[in-house]
Amino acid sequence: MTIFHSCRGHGTYLQDNKLKASVAGFVEKVGKLICVKPVKSRYNGEVGDVVVGIITEVGQRRWKVDTYSRLDSLLMLSAVNLPGGELRRRSEKDELMMRQHLTEGDLISAEVQSVHGDGSLALHTRSLKYGKLIQGTLVTVAPALIKRCKTHFHNLECGASIILGNNGYIWISPLLKEDAENQTTKSDTSTLEREIVARLRNCIMALAERQMLLYDTSITYTYEASLNYQVSQHKK
Amino acid sequence: MEIISPEGLRIDGRRPEEIRRFNCRLGVLSRADGSAYLEQGNTKALASINGPHQAGDKAKIKHDRVHINFQYSMATFSTNERRNRPKGDKRSIDISQLMREIFQSAILTDLYPKSQIDIHVQILQADGGNYSACINAATLALMDAGVPMKDFICSCTASLVDSKTIIDVNNSEELHFSNPLLTLAILPTSEEIILCQMKSRLHADHLEDILKAGIKGCKDIYEIMHREVLNHVREAAAVMNAT
Repeated sequence: MTIFHSCRGHGTYLQDNKLKASVAGFVEKVGKLICVKPVKSRYNGEVGDVVVGIITEVGQRRWKVDTYSRLDSLLMLSAVNLPGGELRRRSEKDELMMRQHLTEGDLISAEVQSVHGDGSLALHTRSLKYGKLIQGTLVTVAPALIKRCKTHFHNLECGASIILGNNGYIWISPLLKEDAENQTTKSDTSTLEREIVARLRNCIMALAERQMLLYDTSITYTYEASLNYQVSQHKK
Repeated sequence: MEIISPEGLRIDGRRPEEIRRFNCRLGVLSRADGSAYLEQGNTKALASINGPHQAGDKAKIKHDRVHINFQYSMATFSTNERRNRPKGDKRSIDISQLMREIFQSAILTDLYPKSQIDIHVQILQADGGNYSACINAATLALMDAGVPMKDFICSCTASLVDSKTIIDVNNSEELHFSNPLLTLAILPTSEEIILCQMKSRLHADHLEDILKAGIKGCKDIYEIMHREVLNHVREAAAVMNAT
């Protein structure tokens, strides 16, 4: 491709004053800016994205989080809500208590706060809707399959809540009961709830295999269509 | 045994400057970031890409570019003689090192600082031109993974028999040790030579011919690979538009 007087976007490079594609994918033009978007790639974070991640390392005043990005994402101690009071100075005691709060292998939902120069993401959980995830199932799909919506937190009518992380990690959990004061104490999940979660997981896997976009409506429709079959009859 | 018959055909019925049947598919493995399966005649290779991801080994983190980790292996059942091929023997380490350098020259490495790309290639069936098949398979897998590259890397072998050049040499032709064997890898659009490896001796007068034949072979392979990648993208586009 040879286009002059245009801006070089992602997925392109200049050679002998010619703009060439460096990945195989779709061309996107916005004014003079020309980008090539690859068919599939790792998650490219943007500020404000909702992500689901796995804690991989506890470090000095920060956690390292796997978000299917090119580099590990960072969750600073100063970017989390600690139990007991919103505005509170973080003391050295908090630093020592970090592993009690979140440890390796824990799943969290978070928002992308900023993107560093090298492409790694800084996350924050400074809202009640973000934080540690317990009792549920993680499904991983290609990041491109998640449709960008106004909200990525959905309480589905079938009796489960779902977090569609922009990074392709999806969290399915049973609906929280209103009377449950603290979600950490909730330990028992009924067979019915488990079945709903398993069915949703199968629906998402089936949609992802067919490269269908994932959002609340598509998942609900698939869920309703799957009600004719037992969960044990599903593939995989 | 003659390699070129009086009628001008080779053992497997090809003409001297004809490549073998070339088949490839992208995205064959669902768990990998990118993958490709390739058949060059009876040589079969499977490549998978993991990454770019956070470099695991702190010593390998490079602050200005991506670290490429290449692993070349041959399946136990890949040759006539079944034998265990331990990973990390000297030969495969050498090849992996060579391949890493080849791919460093085509991947736009400065885009992903501090990360690492793992490339694993396994030869499932070896019938000559293993390195070529390995390079071609890895290129396709990298395309599938969406790793930015300057160009394809296409590779082909060439040899000289009775002062006639033959390309895409198969195993039975490779076994004639007296014949030189050239393994060539190029960037097809600029014709830049990335790899030029020669086994056995060759008269300098013939070098130009054999290089020309090798480059032609690479370009023939490029045509097929290019078509397959375009098909792959079109298929993805069709699915995207349907939803």
